[in-house]
Amino acid sequence: MIAEIGLAMLWMAAALAVLQLVAGALALRPGTAHLGGVVRPVAMLQGLLVACAFAALITLFLTTDLSVKLVAENSHSAKPFIFKLAGTWGNHEGSMLMWVTIMSLAGGFVALIEKRLREETLIATLAGQAFVSLGFYAFLLLASNPFERLAEPAPEGAGLNPLLQDIGLAFHPPTLYVGYVGLSIAFSFAVGALVTRDVGPAFARAMRPWVLGAWIFLTLGITAGSYWAYYTLGWGGWWFWDPVENASLMPWLAATALLHSCSVLAARNALRTWTVMLGVIAFSMSMVGTFLVRSGILTSVHAFAVDPTRGTFILALLAIYIGGALLLFALRAGTVTEGARFAVLSRESALVFNNVMLCGILGIVLVGTLYPLLTEAMGVKVSVGPPYFNPVSAVFAIPMMLVMAVGPVLRWREDKGGRLTWPVAIPALVSAAALLVVELLFAPINLLPALGLAIAPGLAVASLMPLRGRNLRRTPLPIYGMVVGHLGIAVALFGMASEGAFSTERLAAMNPGDSQQVGPWTVSLQAIDPVAGPNWTALEATVAVSYAGGSPTTLHPQARTFANPPGNRTESALLTRWNGQLYAVLGEEGEDGRWQMRFWWKPFVPMIWYGGALVALGGLLALLGRVARDVKRLVAIDKIAWRRERQGR
Amino acid sequence: MMAVQISSSRHPREGGDPERHTLRFRPRIPAFAGMTNVWVGLLTVLALFALAQPLAAQDMLPPAPYAYKQLADPKQEAKAQALMETLRCLKCQSQSIADSDAPMAGDMRHQVRTRIAAGEDPEAIRQWLIERYGDYVSYTPQVKPITWPLFAAPLLFLALAAFLLRGRFRRGKRA
Repeated sequence: MIAEIGLAMLWMAAALAVLQLVAGALALRPGTAHLGGVVRPVAMLQGLLVACAFAALITLFLTTDLSVKLVAENSHSAKPFIFKLAGTWGNHEGSMLMWVTIMSLAGGFVALIEKRLREETLIATLAGQAFVSLGFYAFLLLASNPFERLAEPAPEGAGLNPLLQDIGLAFHPPTLYVGYVGLSIAFSFAVGALVTRDVGPAFARAMRPWVLGAWIFLTLGITAGSYWAYYTLGWGGWWFWDPVENASLMPWLAATALLHSCSVLAARNALRTWTVMLGVIAFSMSMVGTFLVRSGILTSVHAFAVDPTRGTFILALLAIYIGGALLLFALRAGTVTEGARFAVLSRESALVFNNVMLCGILGIVLVGTLYPLLTEAMGVKVSVGPPYFNPVSAVFAIPMMLVMAVGPVLRWREDKGGRLTWPVAIPALVSAAALLVVELLFAPINLLPALGLAIAPGLAVASLMPLRGRNLRRTPLPIYGMVVGHLGIAVALFGMASEGAFSTERLAAMNPGDSQQVGPWTVSLQAIDPVAGPNWTALEATVAVSYAGGSPTTLHPQARTFANPPGNRTESALLTRWNGQLYAVLGEEGEDGRWQMRFWWKPFVPMIWYGGALVALGGLLALLGRVARDVKRLVAIDKIAWRRERQGR
Repeated sequence: MMAVQISSSRHPREGGDPERHTLRFRPRIPAFAGMTNVWVGLLTVLALFALAQPLAAQDMLPPAPYAYKQLADPKQEAKAQALMETLRCLKCQSQSIADSDAPMAGDMRHQVRTRIAAGEDPEAIRQWLIERYGDYVSYTPQVKPITWPLFAAPLLFLALAAFLLRGRFRRGKRA
């Protein structure tokens, strides 16, 4: 019964989306403007209905209703509660339902609270949002129905991939989806503003919290995903330039550019076309990401060709939305005036420069990700990996970070060089000193890590410069947000460079009792014991480790075996110190009875993820600052209106 | 024809191979579940490998010695590591042979380490692997007509960036 109710809700929500689109479109014509009143409530109701449908699916998973095909294929009655819950979105249909749920809830929320925009623009925005949702409703209802029943209930579920039975991964997809969907709102705002020719600061201010929110979630999602890959895959790598990773990086790059150009538009009424263009690009990248991950094209172009329904569907959606938006952009871009001018040496210029560099990196990642698919379709398989992505993206990233160090201390519109001596000289000196230390003490180090180690400290100092001469208690939150965010980039960069430059690896076949040396650590294998968890059994090693002859601690890396579905996973053990992380993995037993152990000492590697978290925190501070100001403004407007009303009486 | 099956995963990103001691080159990549003619052709080639290979190498044996063992000379090991990080594990999804538990990756690590120890140049080893497994094995794209656009792209983006910025700043100056 629950499955049928869920499906019915989904159909009704789709019907409401049609109504929202048609009423919204008609409301923009002079004769039928009164229809506009319907749009807001319909958007809210639509959000509510999809949320109920998603709740129905969650219920089915929690009760393990094996008569539903999706549950039977992806769940198992013996799974821990949290993974039953996460199983709801750990599959294709469920994750697409989650996508539309978040999207429609966000649309409903916009309808509920947005008061700054002209009503006309808002209605166009909501109509645009309905148009986007409609594509996804069609996709769900026609090509991936999550509520499909089995003719005969399955005796037991097939279970969830062991790799996905990890707490980190339970919350990784929702985080990224919130990010993707937030960008769909930004996209709808851009479309709405284009339709009503209303691109200006008000539009930028209405769009900014959504972009910021989306960007925070994308940052968190990417950071968490990277850490997950680092500790579950068991080989100590934290970024593989894997197409799936790139699929999440591309929207982030576009959103970062959009965020900054949005600020320029809100503060200075400049970069109008550029901001709208980035709004379209950012959502396009989310769609490209979804297409890459969901169509099966990544496993192989040929796997895609075998069951092309879903892939073709998403590809068609991609063409309709991106093509449509670009067409609209091409038709309307001429009517959007450029906005305020600025000098070469100004904060706007620095932001434009970095926007262009971000787009350059985005272009590289896009080409590097899609090109192998293209050649494979032509019958030639090639690989594009770190040796391509690292140096080529550095060509854009290094100038970007240099400008990023200076940009925040520049003045809007026009600045004079003389004022900048110290804010430029101090970070430059710090970087030069760091480079000297790296070259003298630690050489030889590869070029990119060495540059990273040199730039990071300078960038960290530079990121604090905007606070110079300010009253710290009266500094607005968004400024702190910027400082913390930029500092986070410096911290993450340092972690990446340090990992690249200083990691040491030790592979060894060990008997209990044997010792090995890994960097400053002495590690000794003490015992191997069997242990059992709720739905797995494992071999667990007890490893005593001591840093530079200090007192020993024990680590317990495991090799887990899952039963439903059958599969293995290494559970690496990590020991974090202030100056790095020791990483231990238990491998297999060799012919001679010795155990394959792997150890890494990775100095300062956690800074990669601390940095990512700082970047997200910076976004959060900025968001809080903006929202608090908006709320204050709304309250003030209400008060004035109330007073006027009283005086009038 | 060879058996094609999707088996449980030994390692997260690997196609799985529980009986690896008996037959090393049996493809179990999930993609093979949906075979098309291209794959059939490819499988035939791999089948030939499978027939030819056991005679040459110690295939009936456990993982090759240098699959999980480092070279004694740290300089040589660093060289091998750098090379391994740029070679694709053919049975995994997007992992280098330096990051994989797949038996085939282990064999390739052994090959790389022994050849480095014998004093071979890393690029020569890469070429040798490319000859055997095709361009796909190298994460460093080879400069060939088919990859020209890949190398042209950054230059194009740089030119485009310069053009955009120049236009922007020129207008700025006039203002």
